[in-house]
Amino acid sequence: MLAHVFEQAGLATVGISLVRGQAEAAKPPRMLNVDFPLGRPLGKPNDAEFQTSVLMAMFGLLERTDVPILEDFPESIEDQTGEAPDSCSLPPRHNPDLHAAIDEAQGLRNAYDRNLEATGGRTLVGRIAGVDGIVGLIEQLIEIEKGSSLADIGWDPMATIAVGQDVRAYYEEAGLQLADNTGARQLETWFYHHTATGQLIRRVRDLMKEREEDGLAVTYVIPMTQG
Amino acid sequence: MAADAMIRKNVSGLPGPDLIPTATVLGKPLSECKVAICTTAGLRSAGDIKLWMDSSFTILPNAARDLQLSHFSPNFDRAGLTADLNTAYPADRLNELVDAGVIGSVATNNLSFMGAQMDATFSSIIQDTGPAAAQILIDDGVDVVIFTPV
Repeated sequence: MLAHVFEQAGLATVGISLVRGQAEAAKPPRMLNVDFPLGRPLGKPNDAEFQTSVLMAMFGLLERTDVPILEDFPESIEDQTGEAPDSCSLPPRHNPDLHAAIDEAQGLRNAYDRNLEATGGRTLVGRIAGVDGIVGLIEQLIEIEKGSSLADIGWDPMATIAVGQDVRAYYEEAGLQLADNTGARQLETWFYHHTATGQLIRRVRDLMKEREEDGLAVTYVIPMTQG
Repeated sequence: MAADAMIRKNVSGLPGPDLIPTATVLGKPLSECKVAICTTAGLRSAGDIKLWMDSSFTILPNAARDLQLSHFSPNFDRAGLTADLNTAYPADRLNELVDAGVIGSVATNNLSFMGAQMDATFSSIIQDTGPAAAQILIDDGVDVVIFTPV
């Protein structure tokens, strides 16, 4: 949609499409359709040569005026949902008196901090709580599992979604330091199916649904692909 | 069926506005053009990271790399973007293409929208925020805009 507006304003545009059916319906002027995982429009993290090849394919469409143009990039990359990374070891239980999710989250802090250093301080944690607040968010998820409602906790739907994203980001960023060469959705799969906190948040989502909590929160607190 | 294939199947074919595509013709070689990124990943500058659901946009200074993901949807891979911002926001790649002489220069600022719009008419983007965003780029002397989704 934006491409139409920008072109009418006099800007030449070319975009990446990750969903061919959407591009076919919206008919933007020039689009390169890529069969890459959602979230990875340039295809491969930390592969400058590959990313540049995608950009060059986009720029190659700029001279054309036979719009709408929808070209396919010749290489495909599939997501790896359901496949946790080969090696992504969780820390051993340190304090058995703690809830497994809290003990686990505390044990991952060093890995999270290493990733923060590796990215120059860039983190996706912080929508509703900083890294020092992650354990507190998990404690509140445990309270919901015990019977508290979202209203009891004080979370509106957007806050609930933000909690899901902050906790996931903390784990995925720690996971980047524990696993090598992770494909799309592998750390997502690891978090939701192999960690105590990920399994907790899935149970909480199911309880929210049973208790008929707000539909927006139920739908978006975890990915639809990790139910 | 892989997860992304399932999501693609769910969202394909959703109706779009009935707009006639137009094509701006470049008046000069790409090697002399100023290029901007307009991402629909819902990226924001650090410190401004509340979840995002409306049709507004934000300005991302070209040199900024401490960007945050404010997109409300959890339904896409985030680890790639976390590991390498260029996976969805290829600002470093564009700088390299300037050095290589492929493009002329990069914009002073790039733009960010949140791509999963709830308003199926897109009226606000078509009438308000879209034209306002385009004007910012035109005022900066931008010739070419590349769109990157998530």
